[in-house]
Amino acid sequence: MSNAIEMRGVEKTFGVTKVIQGVNLTVAKGERHALIGPNGAGKSTTFNLISGYMKPSAGSILLNDREISGLPPFRINRLGLSRSFQVTNVFAKMTVWENLRCAVLWATGHRYAFWKNIDNLPEVRERTAQILQDISLVSRRDVPAGLLTYAEQRALEIGITVAGGADVILLDEPTAGMSNAETERAVEQIRRLTEGRTLLIVEHDMSVVFGLADRISVLVYGEVIASGTPDEIRSSRKVREAYLGEEAA
Amino acid sequence: MTIAPPPPSAAERLKFYSVWIVAVAALVILPKIFSSGGSLTTFSLIGISIIFSLSYNILLGQTGMLSFGHAVYYGLGGFLAVHAINIIAKHKYAIPLPVVPLIGGIAGLVFAMLLGWVSTRRSGTAFAMISLGVAELVASSALILRSFFGGEAGISANRTKVLRLFDWSFGPQIQIYYLVAAWTLIAVIAMYALTRTPLGRMCNAVRDNPERVQFVGYDPHVIRYIAFCFSGFFAGIAGALAAINFEIANSAYLGAAQSGTVLFSTYIGGAGFFIGPIVGAIFVTALSLSLSDLTQVWQLYFGLIFIAVVMFAPGGITGLLMMHRPLIKAGTLTRVLPSYLIAFVPTLAMIVGLILTIEITVYHTVNPGDDPHIKAFGIPFDASNHGVWAIAAVLLVGGFLIARKSWALVAARWDDALTEARAKGVAA
Repeated sequence: MSNAIEMRGVEKTFGVTKVIQGVNLTVAKGERHALIGPNGAGKSTTFNLISGYMKPSAGSILLNDREISGLPPFRINRLGLSRSFQVTNVFAKMTVWENLRCAVLWATGHRYAFWKNIDNLPEVRERTAQILQDISLVSRRDVPAGLLTYAEQRALEIGITVAGGADVILLDEPTAGMSNAETERAVEQIRRLTEGRTLLIVEHDMSVVFGLADRISVLVYGEVIASGTPDEIRSSRKVREAYLGEEAA
Repeated sequence: MTIAPPPPSAAERLKFYSVWIVAVAALVILPKIFSSGGSLTTFSLIGISIIFSLSYNILLGQTGMLSFGHAVYYGLGGFLAVHAINIIAKHKYAIPLPVVPLIGGIAGLVFAMLLGWVSTRRSGTAFAMISLGVAELVASSALILRSFFGGEAGISANRTKVLRLFDWSFGPQIQIYYLVAAWTLIAVIAMYALTRTPLGRMCNAVRDNPERVQFVGYDPHVIRYIAFCFSGFFAGIAGALAAINFEIANSAYLGAAQSGTVLFSTYIGGAGFFIGPIVGAIFVTALSLSLSDLTQVWQLYFGLIFIAVVMFAPGGITGLLMMHRPLIKAGTLTRVLPSYLIAFVPTLAMIVGLILTIEITVYHTVNPGDDPHIKAFGIPFDASNHGVWAIAAVLLVGGFLIARKSWALVAARWDDALTEARAKGVAA
């Protein structure tokens, strides 16, 4: 089975501080993989490196066996990787409908077209409607994204991420700041939306992590100290000492 | 609620097309009502300004790029148009005058393509600064490259010397008016259509959040660059029409003042709306033509209006009008209107006091030796009369104090009306 994401000896240095020190991480195709670790361990930086938001200082990153380190984010996105953001990052003045439509346009091949009427593209319309329904925001279709509630914005964030049909999805703390009921709904939604795709998720809520992930990697001080099934991670002494133990204490 | 937005109903479509038909009818009828040479010139200048301001709003309102040098593409369009007319006349090419604005547009497009790639790499401050630098560069070369730009005097042309079409010489202003009107209509429709394309929608996305755009597959640099090229194209058309109208192009076309005016028109009209720049172009052109007759320091008043709009109406004139839509829909507008009347009187007094103060100050600082019986806004008064000073002070200070109270009243009534409108289920 080939890998969707493969990081080999990836390093990232800010000034003199090495935030990521030789990360090796593999995410198999179709797998739901969670990346956990204490605050400041470099989880978001790892996401930023994979998605092209930052360039790695050393090492190589492969997406579906293709080298992507150093490529700009839009090229990586076109190769089939899409990410969400920890802090909601939407098009605030545009409506929910327009937000989702923007996320569909490149994938449907319309690119920079200035000779096509946007209202006359049936496949764009259908796909946007499908995503809108999937994230349960149909009743909020014509509301500017900036006026949505927090949970709705998080749903839209995920909607934009999956709308383009990328087969590798990176979600950065999708349930942060949500109530228990909202979290449950969000997890259900994520499970449904990423069906048949590869998912790499950063999450602090351990019930979400252990409920959703097929495999878990633990990142501490910029290094992956363990990678395995939820059971393996739960029973690993190294992980307990470095991370889970701290939380239990 | 259906999932996708329903296609426009027949009534909405009819409304949409009737707006355009009314616009065409208005353009045809206007010169029949106001047929004097002066008003025809004013209409022509307004049309040119509409195209120019809308082209500017492709950058500012649609894509979120603040340019301080948009006159570069307007001016180069103008110069190329003048040269084109001269070359066509000299070689007797079979190119009629109505095609010349297209040559100006292509000139604007080509220069935007050449100069835009670097500056559109970034939006925000970097883009603004580069646009300013490029504008200075081009404006100064206009004075150095005399053979092309004609130095201080500029380059003139005779628009009647090109191939005639249907026996139109384009000598009389009325024919120029129709030429400008036709091009204005074409340009407005084209620029509106542009906002309804995948590119136009992605321009808005880049304006709202250039970072996220990269994660849905788009390169924001390319989007900004294409928008910039379109903007240069339409600015070039406007510049060419101006050159045809005046039969001259000079360095003022390219200058900072011209770049400032278009920013000004767009912002005052309302950059957040498609029709905003149209409203702004009409308002600013009409005001600048009339104010300059009324007072010596008309630019000062322009500055004050601009500051007032930025502070109190960031959505521009169009934004102010659009604010009333939910109230009209809910029928609660009548609750606000009386408070407007109440606020109008002291505000007017304050403005009159301000104008008196400005004119008196201008008299004593700029023209102290002249006859103190001056006339501003058609009203004669004695600028050295202490009684007039007192009146000015009372109007200004008293007007301001009362006006402030009345604005609070307006705000309170406004809140009531909006709350009621919301209660009736009208979205703000």
